[in-house]
Amino acid sequence: MTMLPEASAIKLGLVIDLDICVGCQACVVNCKEWNTAGYGAPLADDDAYGAAPTGAWLNRVHAFEAGDGADSRTVHFPKSCLHCEEAPCVTVCPTGASFKRAEDGIVLVNEDWCIGCGLCAWSCPYGARELDPAEGVMKKCTLCVDRIYNDNIPEEDRQPACVRTCPTNARHFGDLGDPDSDVSRMVADRGGIDLMPEQGTKPVNKYLPPRPRRAADETPVSLVAMAEADTPTGFWKWVDSTLERLG
Amino acid sequence: MRPAWSIIFFTTISGLGLGLAGWIVLGLLPLMTREAVIGVGVITLALIGAGLISSTFHLGHPERAWRALSQWRSSWLSREGVLAVIVMAGLAGWFAAGYTGTIVPMWANLALLVLIYVTVYATSMIYASLKTVARWYHPLTPICYLMFAAAGGLLAVLAMLALLGLPITAALAQAGIVLMLSAWGVKIAWWRLAGMARPAGSIESATGLGDLGTVRPLMPPHTEENYLQHEMGFVVARKHADKLRMIAIGLGGLLPILLLFVAPASTAALALALLAHVAGMFVERWLFFAEAKHVVTLYYEGAA
Repeated sequence: MTMLPEASAIKLGLVIDLDICVGCQACVVNCKEWNTAGYGAPLADDDAYGAAPTGAWLNRVHAFEAGDGADSRTVHFPKSCLHCEEAPCVTVCPTGASFKRAEDGIVLVNEDWCIGCGLCAWSCPYGARELDPAEGVMKKCTLCVDRIYNDNIPEEDRQPACVRTCPTNARHFGDLGDPDSDVSRMVADRGGIDLMPEQGTKPVNKYLPPRPRRAADETPVSLVAMAEADTPTGFWKWVDSTLERLG
Repeated sequence: MRPAWSIIFFTTISGLGLGLAGWIVLGLLPLMTREAVIGVGVITLALIGAGLISSTFHLGHPERAWRALSQWRSSWLSREGVLAVIVMAGLAGWFAAGYTGTIVPMWANLALLVLIYVTVYATSMIYASLKTVARWYHPLTPICYLMFAAAGGLLAVLAMLALLGLPITAALAQAGIVLMLSAWGVKIAWWRLAGMARPAGSIESATGLGDLGTVRPLMPPHTEENYLQHEMGFVVARKHADKLRMIAIGLGGLLPILLLFVAPASTAALALALLAHVAGMFVERWLFFAEAKHVVTLYYEGAA
């Protein structure tokens, strides 16, 4: 059913810290690996070992340069489905294959119903959906629905693959509908933002902006002084100077 | 946006068939013999149906296309499918009534007419409802589709009148000219107004990094072009857009109008006018897709 459900109390999603991400692509690779073996059809590639391989990926890391001159910086920018509250990809679907779960807000595709028309990908401003080149059905981030509720894997693994694998802890998973959850607190503390708010999609996933630079006029601590030993006093001063005189 | 041939064919040919059907149920094409009823009925339903069938060719799973009739409550694509099926059934009944000589009540004709134009509107809303493509998300987009259906349909009526050896009144030929001029007038306005439309967002709002200053794409997330770039960032058309627009106007509008002026009673001229119009509409519809840019290109090119 492609009517959007009533807003759920639980809003599972990701918080991505742009201050921390180093663009290592580990989340991209682990996402591909898990989703090739997990929910639905494998995530296929075209010409995987050829000169110009392409394929469906559910998570991609861009890099942007922001700011000007000496103040500019490189920001690595992971992007996957934002599990929007007003998900346009759900309402445009003609078959009911694209749906938002009432219980936790996860946006999923029923691959047995999907006709592969591609309209949902056209309606998504974030480029979160890619048609599987082999299966002819739409693919998207499932928030690893087959991990987070999976009793057959250790409890610490019941997180999305991208979150579990991130070596820098730039990705966090939790309930953004609960104002007291770790992720909600993080968003409140750091001023988490929505991507393209003007599109009216009300994304659940939030991005934490890079922290401000420390002011440049602070005098740096002298490392040379720190490396020098304290000047001895009293008896030790006498020992020191006597030994110096001995050559 | 990537112009899929099946979709161009679908919107153009179904639009023409629906426009033709609209004038037929209004009684503009008198069907005196059973042969005429069958011939015109088959042609009209074939135009609408061929477009619909062609639209399934670009699907990943055409065998599941019937499922697209289920979500009419939220999806314009689904509404279009449901309406087209209802209209085709209604038209089949209308032609059957004509064949048996049954008089179709006025309210039924008007209901069919409304359904026909609501179907064309639903086709246009598949695209006009997408907020992600700024130039489609414009109030003039549905007007273009409706006007072209009416103008192309009337041209098809004129061609069929000539084909059936029925008289064409000067008023009808003139109406054809006026409607064709108006349709292209709306389209030129759309090119000027909707064509200038830019997405509300920017690379700064797309990344949320605006507070740091200007934002520029530094590295794409992959080494090869991906599905998104292939689907949303079609570039060939933009290079030759001006020339292609002239070709569309020339074939789709000016040549048919000229032929209507010069030889409004000649079957050959009207058939040529109709063919030229359809060819021009293919170019117009190809540009409609190919020139359109999706807001996701902000992430790849920094502009959309």
